[in-house]
Amino acid sequence: MTYPLLRVEDLTIGFPYGTVVHGVSFDVHPGETMALVGESGCGKSITAFALMRLLPPGARIQGGHVIFDGVDLAAAAPHALRDIRGRSLSLILQEPMTSLNPVLPIGMQIAEVMRRHEGIGKAAARRRSVELLELVGVTDADRRYDDFPHHFSGGMRQRVMIAMAVACKPRLLIADEPTTALDVTIQAQVLELLDDLRRQLGMAVLLITHDLGVVAQWADRVTVMYAGRVVEQAPVRPFFATPQHPYARGLLDASVGHDGEAHYTTRRLNEIPGSIASAAGEAGCPFAPRCPDRIAACRRAPPVLTALGPDHNVACIVAAGTDHVAVDR
Amino acid sequence: MTGLGRAGRTLRRTAWQALPTMIGIIILCFFLLKLVPGDAADVIAAEAGSATAETMAALRARFGLDQPLLMQLLAYLDNLAHLRLGFSARFNMPVSELIMARLPNTLMLMLAAMSMALVVGILAGWVMAIFANRWPDRMLQVVVLIFYSTPGFWIGLMAIVLFSVKLGWLPANGNMTIGADLTGFALIADRARYLVLPSLALASFFIAVYARLTRASMLDVQRQDFMRTAAAKGLHPVTIQLRHALRNALIPVTTMAGLHLGNLLGGAVVVETVYGWPGMGRLALEAVTGRDFNVLLGVLLFSSLLVIVANVAIDLLHAWLDPRIEVH
Amino acid sequence: MSRDGTLDGAIDIAAPAAAVLRPAPRRRGGRLLRACVTNPGFLIGLLILMTVSGIALLAPWLFPGDPQDMVAAPTLWPGEDWAYPLGTDSLGRDVASGLAHGARVSLMVGLSATAIGLVIGTLVGASAGYFGGHVDNILSRLTEVFQTVPTFLLVIVIVAIVQPAASTIALAIGVASWPTVARLVRAQFRSLREADFVMAARSLSYSAPRIIVMEILPNALPPIIVTTSVMVANAILTEAGLSFLAMGDPNLVSWGSMIGDGRDLLRTDWFLTALPGAAIALTVLSLNLVGDGLNDILNPRSGLA
Repeated sequence: MTYPLLRVEDLTIGFPYGTVVHGVSFDVHPGETMALVGESGCGKSITAFALMRLLPPGARIQGGHVIFDGVDLAAAAPHALRDIRGRSLSLILQEPMTSLNPVLPIGMQIAEVMRRHEGIGKAAARRRSVELLELVGVTDADRRYDDFPHHFSGGMRQRVMIAMAVACKPRLLIADEPTTALDVTIQAQVLELLDDLRRQLGMAVLLITHDLGVVAQWADRVTVMYAGRVVEQAPVRPFFATPQHPYARGLLDASVGHDGEAHYTTRRLNEIPGSIASAAGEAGCPFAPRCPDRIAACRRAPPVLTALGPDHNVACIVAAGTDHVAVDR
Repeated sequence: MTGLGRAGRTLRRTAWQALPTMIGIIILCFFLLKLVPGDAADVIAAEAGSATAETMAALRARFGLDQPLLMQLLAYLDNLAHLRLGFSARFNMPVSELIMARLPNTLMLMLAAMSMALVVGILAGWVMAIFANRWPDRMLQVVVLIFYSTPGFWIGLMAIVLFSVKLGWLPANGNMTIGADLTGFALIADRARYLVLPSLALASFFIAVYARLTRASMLDVQRQDFMRTAAAKGLHPVTIQLRHALRNALIPVTTMAGLHLGNLLGGAVVVETVYGWPGMGRLALEAVTGRDFNVLLGVLLFSSLLVIVANVAIDLLHAWLDPRIEVH
Repeated sequence: MSRDGTLDGAIDIAAPAAAVLRPAPRRRGGRLLRACVTNPGFLIGLLILMTVSGIALLAPWLFPGDPQDMVAAPTLWPGEDWAYPLGTDSLGRDVASGLAHGARVSLMVGLSATAIGLVIGTLVGASAGYFGGHVDNILSRLTEVFQTVPTFLLVIVIVAIVQPAASTIALAIGVASWPTVARLVRAQFRSLREADFVMAARSLSYSAPRIIVMEILPNALPPIIVTTSVMVANAILTEAGLSFLAMGDPNLVSWGSMIGDGRDLLRTDWFLTALPGAAIALTVLSLNLVGDGLNDILNPRSGLA
């Protein structure tokens, strides 16, 4: 097994009003696409931001490690962190309409990354930026270099964001719901582009999404989050074949049409009775209030992530068969 | 799509939009002039000491005062088009010459005050936003609120007490050392010394306005997605603030700067009086005491035109700051 | 159903619907109370404002007699003679009495000028915003004309044409200050014009004045209320500048005229200038604190007005 590119260990994130991410752990290996899945509010985006230490004001990493390329980003000095951001670790945000600076030409915004990290001159940065724009499918790139974001459609702006993110050939690209804000027809194109670039540049992608269709089609492995905790981790095939956590099963049941074919893209995750808000104040398993399989022991303590097989973990005492352990305790 | 081309288009558009405002202001001035009790014939008759009804009628006919109001308005417009603002009985010279003689002083004061207000205000607002809700912010907020609430002319008077009377650092009256016959750098330094206190008095309120605005819009910008994008590129926080935040935050500030230009000129009237600054504002006041309405309305008209011109300049700045302008 | 037939019944049924659609301004009550307690600036501002208003109201009883009368030796410094705690001016007039009576003038002019500005501005802004089209075009042009003319100069011109008295000064300031309100009201009306509850009222063919006054205006009020305190503050500042230039009401003592009188003795008896100026600053500060507080309470998500 290759050593992971990114190892997140027991990451805990809190706001002044309470903890929102509880001891999340997962790995991302070089070159793979890892999907972080969950419904909105489960803490997946805040986890992604925490990896780059770009948390919103008030939020704080309360514990854990983010080991990227041998460096703990959770403890790195700000200047060391800045050398990593945008070079070996980059980010694409959900909302292309607001994630580009509206008053600067898009070409300059791309060139800026390379000038920061590679110390190249203005002319060279411009040439490289035009190449990047061509790479992500912006036609007439040389002329459009000086255009402003408002000259571009949402899908095109997301392509510009991708060009910016891959400019320095990062080893890991974090994409936070990169296609949620886009038209359905554009979504596939953008994901295709991301996957092409992943293979061309040999980078890993951490794909944050709530869309199981996207996971099935583009991811190698999947980590499911619920109420700030990891509930299941598995490679994509076994996950879709035999999901172990009742929440994951619920998700897949809700996503599969009557004709037996998967229509993941057309459904959303919240088609399980109840809502994620019911996890608030729950002492035991956060999913227990909505869980069809819950037993008395579920309400005692949050279940720990337990290995079911190679690379397949689940945080459910019923699925893992550890319920007797909990009862004994 | 070049910056220059955009500036040219903006200039044409804003100049075109300013035209109706200009005509509106001229009409307003005309009606205010008509509201003044007595007319030009009365003034001349009063100066001559006596006048018969016939000579009064002849005078009125000569000035076109017997014409219908609309014709008078057209004549007024025609005069203005040729920069004829009438004759000042009190100063014994044409109003336009009188104003032109005072204009450079007022312009200098305005420019100095505006630059001071923008530089100090934006810096203060920026510092407040960076330290939002911590002690530097809270302290500056109190200072800014005091500046916002205190009459500028009173700050000017108190500054005279402190800097001229007690410390003797800066002159309190006039705009240059009379009879000093300075040249070169010494001349500039002399002028600058006289400029400090009046522009401070005039700028105080606007420093507060721009500081409050900059703080609010800076805080607003910090929450934007593109700020996170910039941080994700690994840029230094100072670069992020300078290149990505400041320009966006300045857009609402420039919009407001345009709205406050009229107030700045109005404030100049009082400040010029406090410091014996020979500008248009003091001319207006001298006109009031001399009941010389040709001069008074000439100043009003000219100041308004100055505001329009300055607004066009600010629109250009706005268009330069915000490339999205051309779409609207 | 209805008593006499068709139309009344329709209104009876639909009126509650319009009432339901309209956002309830009443819920703000609790928020207002809570904000008063948690916002110290607002509370301090309110306290200062109430104190100044109290002194203004009670001035004839606190300091009976004309504040323009000579009562003691000239230029007594504050504390020199405790019968005149804030000293006397160059004509031996009691400074404390002048300040108290000046508060009346400042507040009176400030309030009435703001009332005049509010009425004109609301009328213009509401018509422009509600009717749109040509009406909006013409009224917006008019607003821009008055916005462009330097306010203080316009006030000077008006006061110079009509004779200076407290009432004409208030009128002049009001006439010169309405564009701010008009712009604000217009913007509010433009956004509220398409709101559901206005559509409901329109579909019931309510008259335009009724929709403007009864339906839209109550919902456009919060920003107008916030502006009011700033307008009063600005009117007080304008009046002070005017009477400082000796263009105020010659029969009344005002803070501005006291500064103007004290200016001649600035080098020796600077307290004569400092005290009335501090009174202006304190009053305007309190109004701005109240305005900021109201802004936080009524438009919690907005920046500066």
